[in-house]
Amino acid sequence: MKRRNFIKKGASAGLMAGAALALGGRAGLLASPLQSKPYDLVAVMGGTPEAMFDLGIQSLGGIGSFVSKGQRVVIKPNIGWDVTPDRAANTHPGLVKRIVEHCFRAGAKDVFVFDNTCDNWAKCYQNSGIEKAVKDAGARIVPGNSESYYQSIEIPGAKVLRSAKVHEQILECDVFINVPVLKHHSSTKMTAAIKNMMGVVWDRRFWHQNNLHQCLADYTLFEKKPQLNVIDCYNVMVKNGPRGVSVSDLVEMKSLIISKDWVAADAASARMMDLNPAQIDYIPLAHAIGSGNMNLEELNIHRIKM
Amino acid sequence: MRSPVLKRIRVFLAVLFLLAVTSVFIDFRDLIPDSYYNSILFLQFVPSVIKFITLPAVAAAGFIIILVLTVLTGRTYCSVICPLGIFQDIVSRVGGFFGRKNRRFGYGKPFTIIRYGILAVTLIVTLTGGIYLVTLLDPYSIYGRIGTYFLKPVVLLGNNLVAAVVNKFDIYSVYRVDIKGVTALAYIIPSAFLFLVVAFSFRKGRLYCNTVCPVGTLLGVVSKVSLLRIRIDGSECSKCGRCAVACKASCIDFMGKSVDLSRCVACFNCLDTCPDNAVFYGLPDFRKKSAVRVKEPDEGKRSFVSGIMLLLFGISRVARSRDDVVPQKLSTIAEERTSPVCMPGATSIENFQERCTACSLCVSACPKNVIHPSLLEYGLTGIMQPRMDYHKGFCNFDCVKCTEICPTGALMPLDVEAKKLTQIGVAVFIKENCIVHTEKTDCGACSEHCPTKAVQMVPYEGTLVIPEVTKEICIGCGACEYACPTVPYKAIFVDGNRNHIAAEKPEVEEATLKVEDFPF
Repeated sequence: MKRRNFIKKGASAGLMAGAALALGGRAGLLASPLQSKPYDLVAVMGGTPEAMFDLGIQSLGGIGSFVSKGQRVVIKPNIGWDVTPDRAANTHPGLVKRIVEHCFRAGAKDVFVFDNTCDNWAKCYQNSGIEKAVKDAGARIVPGNSESYYQSIEIPGAKVLRSAKVHEQILECDVFINVPVLKHHSSTKMTAAIKNMMGVVWDRRFWHQNNLHQCLADYTLFEKKPQLNVIDCYNVMVKNGPRGVSVSDLVEMKSLIISKDWVAADAASARMMDLNPAQIDYIPLAHAIGSGNMNLEELNIHRIKM
Repeated sequence: MRSPVLKRIRVFLAVLFLLAVTSVFIDFRDLIPDSYYNSILFLQFVPSVIKFITLPAVAAAGFIIILVLTVLTGRTYCSVICPLGIFQDIVSRVGGFFGRKNRRFGYGKPFTIIRYGILAVTLIVTLTGGIYLVTLLDPYSIYGRIGTYFLKPVVLLGNNLVAAVVNKFDIYSVYRVDIKGVTALAYIIPSAFLFLVVAFSFRKGRLYCNTVCPVGTLLGVVSKVSLLRIRIDGSECSKCGRCAVACKASCIDFMGKSVDLSRCVACFNCLDTCPDNAVFYGLPDFRKKSAVRVKEPDEGKRSFVSGIMLLLFGISRVARSRDDVVPQKLSTIAEERTSPVCMPGATSIENFQERCTACSLCVSACPKNVIHPSLLEYGLTGIMQPRMDYHKGFCNFDCVKCTEICPTGALMPLDVEAKKLTQIGVAVFIKENCIVHTEKTDCGACSEHCPTKAVQMVPYEGTLVIPEVTKEICIGCGACEYACPTVPYKAIFVDGNRNHIAAEKPEVEEATLKVEDFPF
């Protein structure tokens, strides 16, 4: 209840100062309400995933800048694997839940959550803790297990991935929020925002067959892009990804990256894993076709330490 | 006893058993806990016998109960517990609407040579050669295959129609499930038997049970000495023949006032048809010697039954279903499996083949759709016995469902931790087929899916990485093979272990990266 009141207060006041007072910490003071130029990317470190989102989203004007009253929202976490939350192969369930709560508070009519999983979907939904978490928050968990849920779309300007089958919820929604977890990936070296799109399409095999990096970059040209990308970097799998073998694969980074620009979000994520974004082929490819900006030094980044 | 109550109890229990057994074969939503499967199937005769041979314990003693039940009450197993029997009763009932209502059955002579012949051949072959005739003829397994290969798709179709409507209203408590099916040739045997039992029962009631079914014949022998039995009181009977007409087993010779107990399935349909109150279910009449006599054997006219059996073996080649993805280049080197891959819990292919009756419960229950009926992968004698088909799915790392539900003990229960270290096969990499090699692009789908990282990506040309297999920690789950996008041949496949062995635990090394401040 406390948290609910806090969010209400924050939203109604509409002022970062209000949030800063409520938190009473130095983190709040760093978040200057007088910022003239809007932030391109917000990076938060040191709190729980929930608290980091509460704080970080304020720097982008609150969830209300993305979600309006009566809208349909789709949240796409990574629920690819039948493992428990401590293995961090799936997005943190608490983070997904908190985003659902924010959406409803902003007046969303419905919030839908799904993924096209790798392991058995029902087990993934259940054991990831995400199904329960989002249901508790009032969202609807949607299956992605049947090809009949996916509809063919065209991607104009794509080099390889000229068409794909995309989940109907993505096509029908007003707001699309991408909530991946940052992980090492055996073939693309890392997975975060853009790579998470392999869970909104039906046929991933085509991507693997036909130049994976180019397909990833091509997909960023599809018109139904996420309006917001929230990257869970709380526990980060730095090896044996994307499934992981044990908790030894994880490093506790206690961080969260939020951005409208998924190329920037992925570039920042790469840096978190001590990788050079320019060497993750799909990032420069997506940058080159204008899907975002990978040059972090050109961006207005709000760094918050809690 | 002459009361219609007996028949009502029989029908009630039969419906209950049929629903219970059917439910485990169509449970696509995983609603029935795994631990219930064994209780539901506890009394199925053939699975219980096989399980008892492997594991002589109370949990496998269902068939002993059936034998005792048969000695006490006659072939009530056939009328109440056997799903194939009850299924035939339903078909027979439907058949009744189309035929001459009152003159359907009537007394028929037993096909003694055929039925004892089939029983004898089945027993001899099973004891000396293998289980494959039992696989073909076990009524529970026949019903299981009907459930898995025909009924479940129909149930899914119905579910999907409902889902298509309610999903439009954003209600997802009913969801669509793709109907995947199995290789076309695998339908031959289930179809043939479905046709056989439906054709027999539609017109002739329990003729299949009393002619082909070895379990029916065996229990028929036992029921000759049963304590409770149908008998006709000769002094009361006016030979009206109503009981014989009602008898779907065609075993009442009303002219001779006798009942062929070897064929009577204790359905009690005859009891309340008698206007003279002369038909009883009770103890044998010890006062007079007359009542029961077994009919003389008759030369089997319908040897076509055995002809059909032979026909069923006439299956020749394996055809793979085509993948619908068009690749840039076709892979060139065929996967050469020295052995098929058998499910965890089998311990060895040999053990599995000795015990599996191909009831296909595991095929139906597998949440990853990886278990498929074999054609000739295990050899001709293993036809229909399930195997892992990694072109269709892969084994979910934390799942042990098939090992828990197998009613014959062909798959023995494994706990999850033991399963994760059971090597049922080993991944083999074919570099010449691999996308990284042929296309010079990143792929790594195999390594991505590998739960133990037995498949690792190692440096290749330039910045490219290519798979490498560490055999010792591979458990043969097939995630790599399933995920591999090359067609028609995979660039990585699992070669089965004839004997399942323990895999080594993956080495655990603490991650070293330290992040204390934003690196940007």
